[in-house]
Amino acid sequence: MQEHSAQVAHVHAPPEGFIRKHVFSLDHKVIGKQYYALGLTAVLIGMVLSWLMRFHLVWPAAKVPGLELLSKVGAPGGVITPEYYLSLLTMHGTLMVFFVLTNAPFAGFGNYFLPIQIGAEDMAFPRFNMMSFWVTFVAFLVLITAFFIPDGPPISGWTAYAPLSAVGNDAGPGLGWGQNLWGISIAIFCIGQLLGSLNFIATTLDLRTKGMTLMRMPASTWAWFITACIGLMAFAVLLPACILLILDKNAGTSFFIPAGLVVGDKLQPHAGGSPLLWQHMFWFFGHPEVYIAILPAMGIVTHVLVTSMRKPMLSAKVIIYSMMSIGFLSWVVWGHHMFVSGMNPFSSLLFSFPTLTITIPATIVTLIWLGSLYGANIQINSASLFALGFISMFVSGGISGFFLAQPSIDIYLHATYFVVGHFHMVMGVAAIFGIFSGTYFWFPKMAGRMMNETLGKLHFWLTFVGTYCIFMPFHYLGLVGNVRRYSSFVDDFMAPLMPVHKFITIAAFITGAAQFIFIYNLVHSHFRGKPAPANPWNATSLEWSMPSPPPWDNFGGKHPVVYHDPYQYGVKGSQGDYVMQDSPESIVEE
Amino acid sequence: MSTTTFPSPPSTAPPLPPNGSGAKVAGTRPRPGGHGQSGVWVGIFAITMSFAAFTSALFVRQGSGDWIHVVVPRLLYVNTAVLLLSSITLEMARRAFMNSSALDSGALRNNTLRWLGITLVFGFAFVVGQYMVWRQLAAQGLYLATNSNSSFLYVLTAAHALHVLGGITGLVRLSARLTPRQITLRSSSFANTAIYWHFMGVLWIYLLLVISIRL
Repeated sequence: MQEHSAQVAHVHAPPEGFIRKHVFSLDHKVIGKQYYALGLTAVLIGMVLSWLMRFHLVWPAAKVPGLELLSKVGAPGGVITPEYYLSLLTMHGTLMVFFVLTNAPFAGFGNYFLPIQIGAEDMAFPRFNMMSFWVTFVAFLVLITAFFIPDGPPISGWTAYAPLSAVGNDAGPGLGWGQNLWGISIAIFCIGQLLGSLNFIATTLDLRTKGMTLMRMPASTWAWFITACIGLMAFAVLLPACILLILDKNAGTSFFIPAGLVVGDKLQPHAGGSPLLWQHMFWFFGHPEVYIAILPAMGIVTHVLVTSMRKPMLSAKVIIYSMMSIGFLSWVVWGHHMFVSGMNPFSSLLFSFPTLTITIPATIVTLIWLGSLYGANIQINSASLFALGFISMFVSGGISGFFLAQPSIDIYLHATYFVVGHFHMVMGVAAIFGIFSGTYFWFPKMAGRMMNETLGKLHFWLTFVGTYCIFMPFHYLGLVGNVRRYSSFVDDFMAPLMPVHKFITIAAFITGAAQFIFIYNLVHSHFRGKPAPANPWNATSLEWSMPSPPPWDNFGGKHPVVYHDPYQYGVKGSQGDYVMQDSPESIVEE
Repeated sequence: MSTTTFPSPPSTAPPLPPNGSGAKVAGTRPRPGGHGQSGVWVGIFAITMSFAAFTSALFVRQGSGDWIHVVVPRLLYVNTAVLLLSSITLEMARRAFMNSSALDSGALRNNTLRWLGITLVFGFAFVVGQYMVWRQLAAQGLYLATNSNSSFLYVLTAAHALHVLGGITGLVRLSARLTPRQITLRSSSFANTAIYWHFMGVLWIYLLLVISIRL
């Protein structure tokens, strides 16, 4: 049995007053909810942006009433210009990847439940924790400001490739102050995430309660811990990249801009920089980033499924080791985003091998889920439906990754809708399903009230069918050559694909509208939901051993003692069909 | 918002250990193992990754062939000596603080503060010295955007100096906790701040090597 630590957490005083309780709170639970609220705000903005994009693709000459008020340059008379389409696309990607997918499943649920699941009273550094949220919030405000400047947001995509992102206004609208605001926002975001990741790691290593060995931590805690380890290293590399980009833009340096570049008939006064350097630095961060987006969802789904199946996974240990392998391998695959960038084609082979290898632990996890589900009498509720939906989406979206991992196929598919379909299914749907599953599962604990099950199931089915309708056709579009990041296809060889785009757009509007069922459910249940018991799902991990919602100091000053892993379901001879993690009731240790 | 809370199941947790056992200095809480220590090493690792990113950018950029060797001002080496000295004086401060044979907490406090003060002076001198190095470079006509070498020189030294300022903040906070009224400083907090400060020295040596060999 591994050594565990039983140290007293640095307990802060009980919060007094509205500001300390709800605004500048040191309580990890409040901070988690703040991150979640920020993620919810960002996803709603991102969703509206996607509606604008889909609308424009199908009806490029149509007016969006009122849009000219937001941007006279970008949408004169309400008609989205091609450049503004790229601005919307950039902000959609930036908001979704950074402020939704890195926030909600990791910083949101992780902040709330990691200390509780390991039996701690709070994070290791509550003040850093508070700072990390408010720093992230400032980053959000700086990014949103880009909408309101005259030139609008940048047009370089969430990937901000140099030299487009580095040369400034000569290359197009939004690349002056829009790009600056983007760079500053993301740099600030990196600092917030570094503070958060530091907290997660220190807390997991130092503040586990008595009996909580590393292998007795729930899968969700492991997922947050591994994500924090990845995040620490990834954001530590993105921050220098953003700094160098900002310097290239504003200080005349030439880290990324080569010599002899003529943009808009103007020779750029830079020399010797390498656009490939930006891509290397960005994707060295960018690939681990997508695992930051998916791993917490995998942990949450594992956790929810075990509770719903009333039996443990075939091997929780192998799931944990697989998540670790994914985390480790994520560092050596970044070049698969750069197969056609002009880098040495031999290095493409070096990146292709580990990319295909990383599918192995991902497949192992999926097979364990499916194998565990076989023969299980699963309790169907909104949380478990989204967990099951996650598996479906993860497989559907992940399979296209096998194709993209091979340079020979990627030469054709790069920058087509095939790629867009792939990452939307794994990140934009599967990871979001993980967030939904976590929300339906943990809402009773966080709010002390139950969510409406009927609305939850309706939300699931509409979203499940709707997202398949939106994103499966993307793969077909990509295969026939539909290029991505184009604002219009009506006048070229892609014009015959317009009926498919119309179908996608209508599906997007309906699926988007269905999300308001969730929003309504969330808000209404918060105030009027049925009061929730401490353990509505008869689950075993430590969060279910405390009242709903938990008191400010979690375990009331006491330290729970943990006797076994959190997946003791269907235990012979136990009272009920489960044994709580802090129950000394004897079980057969694995 | 009104909620109904349900009583939690009876906890089998043991009571908290009694306070005051093994306290080194009056007024501090015992902290078995020093829990802040993972935090400072995790932070050091993150900062190392950032400078690794800067270094790899430097190597890639060097491949462009427009590399003009920069002659760094001698003041840079003087600053190096100042920073390394500050590590020594900080270690003297830490030993003064940990000296449990100092029966008089006033003497302990004075000794510690004296060495901390010297460390802070050296720290400030380093940062000011770096600024003077930049002025000397500018006098040579080497600015941030002059050529790629000068860009990296400024970026690396500025990034390091910013982190040193963070370390100075930590040292100031340490000093503030050594008030006449009551010493509220944990030995682990001191050790963690010292680890960070020593890391600033180690990191600087690495950067100096990169600057003198590669730039």
